[in-house]
Formats: sequence, C-alpha cells, structure tokens
Amino acid sequence: MAKKTKKTTKKPTSKKRTSKASKKAAGSDGATRPARNPKTTEKTRKRVISLAEGVVKSSLAGREPKLEVPTRALSNTKWNKSRRILQMGSAAQERQLFNLNQSKKFMQTLLHAKGVKELLDRDKTSSLRGMFYQGLHTISGTKEKTFDDQSESDGILEDLEVSLGSLREELHIFAKKRGTMVGNITVVDNGDEIDCRRMGTGGYAIPSICEPSVIQFKDVQADFVLHVEKDTVWQRFNEDRFWETHNCILTEGSGQPPRGVRRMLHRLNKELGLPVICLLDCDPWGHYIYSVIKQGSISLAFESERLAIPDARFLGLRAHDYERCDLSDDVQIDLNDRDIKRAKQILDYPWFKGDRGWKKEIQLLLKNGFKMEVESLITKDISYVTEVYVPERLEAEDWLA
Amino acid sequence: MAKKTSRKATAESMAAKQRDISVSEFFAKNRHLLGFDNPRKALLTTVKEAVDNALDACEEAEILPDITVEIVELDAPPAPAKGRGASGAAGKYKVIVTDNGPGIVRKQVENIFGRLLYGSKFHRLKMSRGQQGIGISAAGMYGLMTTGKPMVITTKPGKRKAAHHLELAMDTTKNRPEVTMDVETDDFPETSSGTGTRVEITLEAKYQRGKTSVEAYLEQTGIANPHAEITFIPPANGGRADDDDQPTLAGEESDLAVAEKAKAEHAENAGGLLRTIRLDDRVIFPRTVDELPPETSEIKPHPYGVELGTFLSMLKKTDEKQLGGFFKREFCRVTPAILKGVTDQASTKGNSISGQSWIKSIDHAMAERIYKALQQAKLRAPPTDCLAPIGVRQLLAGLLKGVSAEFYSAATRPPAVYRGNPFQIEAAIAYGGGLPGDEPARVIRFANRVPLLYQQSSCCSFKAVVETGWRNYQMSQPRGSLPVGPVVVMIHMASVWVPFTSESKEAIADYDEIRKEMKLALQECGRKLATYLRKRQKMRREGQRRDVFERYIGEISRACNALTGADAEELYERLLKQARRRTEIADAILDEDGKVIGSKAEANAGRRDPLDGDDGVIILDDPPSPDDSPNAPAPTTTPKAPAKRSTKSPTKKKPARKPSSAGKKKTKAPTTKKKPKRSGAAEKPRVRVKLQAAGESQANLFS
Repeated sequence: MAKKTKKTTKKPTSKKRTSKASKKAAGSDGATRPARNPKTTEKTRKRVISLAEGVVKSSLAGREPKLEVPTRALSNTKWNKSRRILQMGSAAQERQLFNLNQSKKFMQTLLHAKGVKELLDRDKTSSLRGMFYQGLHTISGTKEKTFDDQSESDGILEDLEVSLGSLREELHIFAKKRGTMVGNITVVDNGDEIDCRRMGTGGYAIPSICEPSVIQFKDVQADFVLHVEKDTVWQRFNEDRFWETHNCILTEGSGQPPRGVRRMLHRLNKELGLPVICLLDCDPWGHYIYSVIKQGSISLAFESERLAIPDARFLGLRAHDYERCDLSDDVQIDLNDRDIKRAKQILDYPWFKGDRGWKKEIQLLLKNGFKMEVESLITKDISYVTEVYVPERLEAEDWLA
Repeated sequence: MAKKTSRKATAESMAAKQRDISVSEFFAKNRHLLGFDNPRKALLTTVKEAVDNALDACEEAEILPDITVEIVELDAPPAPAKGRGASGAAGKYKVIVTDNGPGIVRKQVENIFGRLLYGSKFHRLKMSRGQQGIGISAAGMYGLMTTGKPMVITTKPGKRKAAHHLELAMDTTKNRPEVTMDVETDDFPETSSGTGTRVEITLEAKYQRGKTSVEAYLEQTGIANPHAEITFIPPANGGRADDDDQPTLAGEESDLAVAEKAKAEHAENAGGLLRTIRLDDRVIFPRTVDELPPETSEIKPHPYGVELGTFLSMLKKTDEKQLGGFFKREFCRVTPAILKGVTDQASTKGNSISGQSWIKSIDHAMAERIYKALQQAKLRAPPTDCLAPIGVRQLLAGLLKGVSAEFYSAATRPPAVYRGNPFQIEAAIAYGGGLPGDEPARVIRFANRVPLLYQQSSCCSFKAVVETGWRNYQMSQPRGSLPVGPVVVMIHMASVWVPFTSESKEAIADYDEIRKEMKLALQECGRKLATYLRKRQKMRREGQRRDVFERYIGEISRACNALTGADAEELYERLLKQARRRTEIADAILDEDGKVIGSKAEANAGRRDPLDGDDGVIILDDPPSPDDSPNAPAPTTTPKAPAKRSTKSPTKKKPARKPSSAGKKKTKAPTTKKKPKRSGAAEKPRVRVKLQAAGESQANLFS
C-alpha cells in the first residue's frame, strides 16, 4: 500500500492521491496487515490456541507451565541506525505460573487469551476497557478480583500482543479514541466517506484502529501534516483555519499520541508522502513525544515499523524561542528535578545522542532552566502561533529533524 | 544401695594415725561442705545421694532403673517467723528411695551405709556419677544427728530370697555402723527385676518447690538419664495446690492400676511421646530409652594432666623397676619412641637415662627434668573411649520428656582435652512451644549426668551460654546476659574428671578449653535453631505462595479449557499437584540443615517417631500451648495431639504406695519382666530410640 504513493517529495503539489482499501495489497507488507481479514483472523486464532496448548501440554506432563513474553523495556530495544527506528530485541521473559511475582500475570494472560479467542470467534471487537470487564471477576472462593484496575489489564494485552506476534487490531481490540484530525483530506472510515474539511469545531476523531482495511484515504490535497501536542493548540489552529490557508492536515494527539494517531500519521507519511511536522512543548516530555512519533516507543518497539516516522520534524517550541520571540518572563516554568533527569536521559538516547542539533537544543533547555508550553505564545498575540510563528518557521524550514 | 567394693584409706587411716576425731563433730562443723548447709539443701542432698547410688547400682547390674522417691512430712516446718530466713525453719521429713537394683547381700549392708567417706570413685580416672562424694552414709548420719532416727534399709538381693530389714545407726565416735534391728521380711515391693533396695532416712529438712527443689532435681535427672524411670511422691500437703482428698480415693482403688492407666492414657494423649506425667499424688518421669548407657573404661593418666608432685609420688609408689615399664603401666600415650625422646632430653652429661634406667636411680632433679621433657613432648591426646556422652538421641528424648517445646536440637561435640583430661560436651536447646517467651533462657547443667542446681552464675557453662551470640540465632540477648526467649538450654559435660569450682561440686570450673567446647556445642544447636526459625518463616511464606497458586489454577484451567478444549478438571488436578509439589516445603518436616526429611502428611500417616530421624533435631507440629501448666518449673505437657499411636501396652507394673499411709507398702505381681541389655539389644515394644547414633563414641559410662 505504501508503494502506491508515487512521490514523497517534501512539498508536493496538490495532486489527488487516492489510497484504496485494497485487499490486494494486504499481506504484501508485514507492517500493514489488515485486521478482520479472515486469513489473519484464523492465523491469530491459531496463535492464541497454541499459546494455551503449550500450557496444557506442559501441565499434563507435570512440567511447569510457562509463557514467553518478549521484554518490553529499554534494555530490549535496539536502535536501528539505518532505518532510524527503534526495534525490539530478541530478549524474552518467561512468565511462570509457579513464581509468586508472575503467577497472577500468568493467569491474567490466559484469561485475556480466552477473551481474545471469544472476540475472534464471534468476529467482534472490544475496547481495552471492555476487555478489562470481560476478564474481570472475583476468583471463586476468595475476595480477590482477577484484575485490580484497567491499567493492569492493558499491560497484559500488550504482553499478549507481543507474545503472539499479533497486533492489537488483529486481536480485535481497540483503545479509547483520542486525537483529532481536520484538513484537506477525505477518509473512508468503514465505508463512510468523511470529508475532513467539513468537521466543524470538533474535528474528526481519529479511531483507534487505522488499518487500511478500516480506513482508506481519498481525495488528498494537503501538502503536509501539522501535528500539535494538545487539543487546546489544535483548537486555535482549527479556528484560524490554518489547514485551509496552508493546505495541510491538522492532527492532535492529546499528549502522548495513542497508537491510532501514530498509525494515522505513519500512513499519511508513508502512503501519501506527506511530511509530518510537529509542534510540541519545549520540555523533555514534548521531546519524548517527538521521539515516539519519530522512532517508536520503547514499550511498543515491536510495532515501530508500522508506527514510526523517521522523517518527522520538530518545529517548536525551541529553547531559543524565548529570546527569539521576545517572550515575557511569565511564560517560564522552572524545570524540576524530574524534568532535568528526564532531559538528561533523553539526551543519552542513542537516537538523540548522535544529533548535534538536538544536543544543543536539550543543553540549551537545561541551561535556560525553564520550560515553555506552546500556549505561551499567546502572550504575544492570540493568533501569534498560527499567523506568525508557524508560517515563519515553515517558510524558513527551521526545524529539527 | 550401691556397692563400694574397693577402698582407699583416707579419713580412716588418717584418723588411725592421729587421734580419733568425732565424725559427728567433724560433720557438724563441715556440713556445708557436704551439701547440708540448710534444711532445704539437706533434703535435696539426701535424695541426690540415694538416687545417684540407685542409678549406679542398677546400671552396674544392667537393670533399667525404676526409682521411686517418696518424701513424707512428719512434722511440718514452723511458719517462718518474721525477719528470719525461710530456709532456717526446718520440719521433720522421711525420705524413702526404692530402686529395682540388684540388692545388697546382708553382710555388705553395714559397710555401704554405715561408714562415712567409704568409696572408690575418687582416685580413678573414670567417668562416674560419684560427684557428690559424700555418699549415702553422710545423709544417714545427718538424719541420725538431727532426728535420732536410724536409717532403715530393706534390701532384696535375690528373686526368691527374702528381703532383709535393717535399722542402721552409727557410732559416730568410731565411724562404725551399729545394727539396731535385723529381721527377714517379706515386706518389700515387687520390682521389675525381682530385686531391689529401699532406703528410708528420717531427717530434719524443709520441703519446698522451685528451681532447686527435689522435684527439679529429679526432673533434670530424668532428662540426663532417659533410660531411668523415676517416680516422685511429694509430701501430701507440700505438693500440688489442687491436692485435696482426691489421692486418697484413688489410692483406695489401686494405686498401681491408676498409675498404669494414667501412663497409658498419657502416652496416648501425647501422640506416642513419653512425657512427664503429673498425677494427683505423684510425678512420673517416664523412661524414654530402653537401653542402658554403654560401659566406659578406666584410663590411665595423661602426662599433661599430672602435676610434678603427683608424678614424683607415682614414681615412688610404682611397683615397676624400670622407667619404660613405669610409663607403660602408669600413663597413657607415652610410646617407647616418645619415651626415648624424653629420656634423651632429660639426660645430662654423665647422667644418661633411658627406658632401661632403674627407677631407684632417678633422683629428684632427674625426675623433675623428665617431667619437664614430658610436658614439652608432643603427645597424642588421651584416649576418649572413657567417655560416654548421653548422645544426641538420648538428649532429645530426655528434653522431650521434660520440656514442652516445639523445636529441639542437640549436639555432641567430639571429645576434647583439658589439662590432660579428656572431656566431652553436649548441648541441647528446646525452643518455643509452651516455654515462656519473655524470660531469660533457662539453663540446665549436668556433669556426668548429674544435675547441677546451685551456683549457676559461676559455672563455666553459664558463661558459655552468655558468651554465645544468640542474636545470630534470631533471639534477643541483652549484653552480657542470657538470651531472652522461649528457650531452654542444656549443657552436659562428660569427663573422667569434672573440674568443679569448689568442694560442694555445684559449678564447673572455667577452663578455656571447656568453655570453648561448650560454646561450639551451643553454636551448633543455635545454628540448627536459626535454620529452623528461618525455615519456619519460609514455610509460612510458602504456604501463602501455595494459596496464591491454588487461587489461580482454577482460572487457568478454565481459560485453557475454553481455548483448547482440554479437560478443565484434569488440568486443575495436575496443576494443583504441581503447586503442592512446588510448595511442599510448606508442610515439610525439616532436619538440622533445613533439609526436608519428610512431610506432615507422611508423618501423620505413619506417625513417624520424632526420634527416628538421624538429625539431632525434633520438631513438633502441635506443641502444647503455653498455659498448660504455667507454674511448673518446666511446663508439663498435655499435648492436644490426637492419639495416633497407642498400641503400646503396659509391659510392667510398678510398685505404688498409698499416699495416705506412707509407711505401708502394697505389692502386686508384675505382669511382665524385662531384662534390658546394653547396646545392641533387640528391639522391644518400648524401644523408641536407638542408642548409638553413628559417630558417637562407643564407650561405657558407669560401672
């Protein structure tokens, strides 16, 4: 599917590019396996069953039942320099039933495996929260519940994903919607055409599953994608019709963008060749959001190939903007110890370490001793960010890559 | 009771050489030396002498001792006047000690009971009980002096022979016995051996319960002598608080039957464990081991333990003519090669000696040189077959009987030497269970199986306990004092010559070698205890772990069933089995190293004998609760364990007395008689402990 894009130039002319939900293309690229494909479903089903079969087999043989869960930690991520993405290493943890620390997780993993099979069997999808409730019950004879809270359940589902080697979508699970989109594009969402130029003030909510089988692109006129950190900034841009004036797509990820948003950005970039430009806060967390968009996250390193956008750019806010834009003292927010620690950690990541611009950027942030939010530009003028700041930077191509 | 066959002239010959000293005068002046300082101690010493003699006699005759100690109050001690020490007020008591020993032939009776300081244990190097030194005759004399009543001895030397009844007074000025009454009688209780001796001494004394009481002494004797069965009948009103008219009624019925029944019942209640039995009118310290201690051999002195003066007098007295023969006969560990080195070193120019040198030709200076060379020579340690430790098994059996705890461990050190005297230290610890948790540890001390009740704090063993770092073993210990916790510490020193701090022989002298050994033994026990305590914690954790696993297994099997269609039931069972196996430590019985030696389930199924393991540790699953008998010196036991093994049939009958009529005896024919054997005896129904654990030195203890 990605191959369908003809050009990936930086500033494409407004050409009409169409991306069809193509079953033909599906499967040709491992990164874009469509969900709800009967074949994939069958494959996933088999994987789920074989997971349990392993447990049954060793239990009946009197051996200790174990599950192998690839490690989702920094130690098991590899920075693929040539592809410029984070990839998961081969390290795996054994999850053992007869280990006090893992016993409950073991049980939960199987519980969710059971839930997933049910979803697959009945061809339904469920939310993370739905899965939490599906697996939730009180263990007979005790007062203990199978899950303490949803975050526990979510972690188990991620484990299940990695250990099965199947994507969440393939397990028929979706996350809560987060993130919004407007712009010069029309998408087909499960057969419904949605014109993102006519989304009012609310915008199109980016669904959790953005696989080609669900979402197809149609009538794309935008030249690039501007991704902002938060809803508030996005509102400013939408109100000022920035996407119209600059012919772009405007997305927002409510902080750390969820997988749906990242997948959407990835597809816009890879399939349509649209550059992704990020406008994020000037603090370690903003930098990390950029890092996740660019190279993938540590905990979802196994999905980097279909989520990471190595060409994404960081437009702002930059540490030197305080002086360059002549901002008032009031916008400074002091860095706390955690921020400093985090900044140093980020500076140490191999994918930042080799980049001079980023090194300087973070060092300046540390030297400044304060962070700034995008909203701080409002102190200049309400629409300073849409009318001056971003256009100027875009024009000058003043960004970090 | 005891036969004292050989004699060495001591007081007697001295008295002959000088002039007669009135024995009673001497005795009255020095009663504190002999253990008659006060009425209370007098009673204890009397019992002690009689019991020690009885044990010695029984062991010599290879009879498993059955000893009954009865104390009858004739005149109650006056209520203590204000300002006067309680021990000053004496009453009149009669002490009756009956054994099942071999009895005494008529003509020996006077010699054994009638003469003071008549014995053989003093000079030889052999492990023996004779630690109190003064003998039963002193007790008899004390009785005679304080009450004017002669000692009454009834002895039955043969099964079919009639018993002799003698009343023995002493001519105190001549140290000669005086028989005031001598009749044949059939008034002697039936014993298991068919023979036996009974001694009755009436004396001024005071009966009191407590840490240094007769009962405590007998209890500890029972611990150190698990092969003996001791019955104690305390004075009717000095005994238990709940002592109303119950015993009389019971006595009316049949003392014997009641006692036997109680014993059987008790054994049943204790789940096969024999423990101290407290009845209304008596306390029975039952036999827990059916084998006699092995016989010990006498050893010759080791040169390191001999002082110059002794050495000189030995040279003078010896019958040997030549040095070689002298060393061969009088000392151990002096080989011809060593002797050659010694004589070479001692030789001077013009005065060369060798093994062939005539002893007559050795002058004082030369003897001194030989002595010096001997002390410098590298000699092997003395032989240790002269020692008979109680043994780990027996220690445990004894402690189990007397102390109700949940954990017992014992250790026997290999023999060691101080000043040329071989000795061996044993220690045991009882922990938890019914023991009070907030008091300093109770230390019970033994020397050659004899309990030491007085002068605890000046005893070497006490110091060893204090110096041991109990905090390493998960116990609290204030600086420079005993550990605090539910613990009883037992220390036994077996030696051919126990170094006492004083003539009263109540505390072991503080030799570095001895204290070191004691500490090592305690550390060994402590380590086992710490392992146990840690293991117990781990078991608790493992139990929780199992709970967790069991909780999840149901969920897992159901999920697997839904996923693969596997049989959920079967899966559950299999996983449960695995979970149990993986957490089996939770119901494991642990050995000294914390290794699993069995499981509770196994133990309950076969009702394993707790003493059968080869580990020096006993752990009881269901120790009695601490409130079982809070006032007793050591809590007695009525474990709540259900009867699992009660097949033991009473194999012998014991003579028993009506508590109300102290003097009269009642006899019953025994149903079975037992002939105990030394080690290697065939298993009898009551044999519960194998005497020789591997590695223990095979030696003999008493003769």
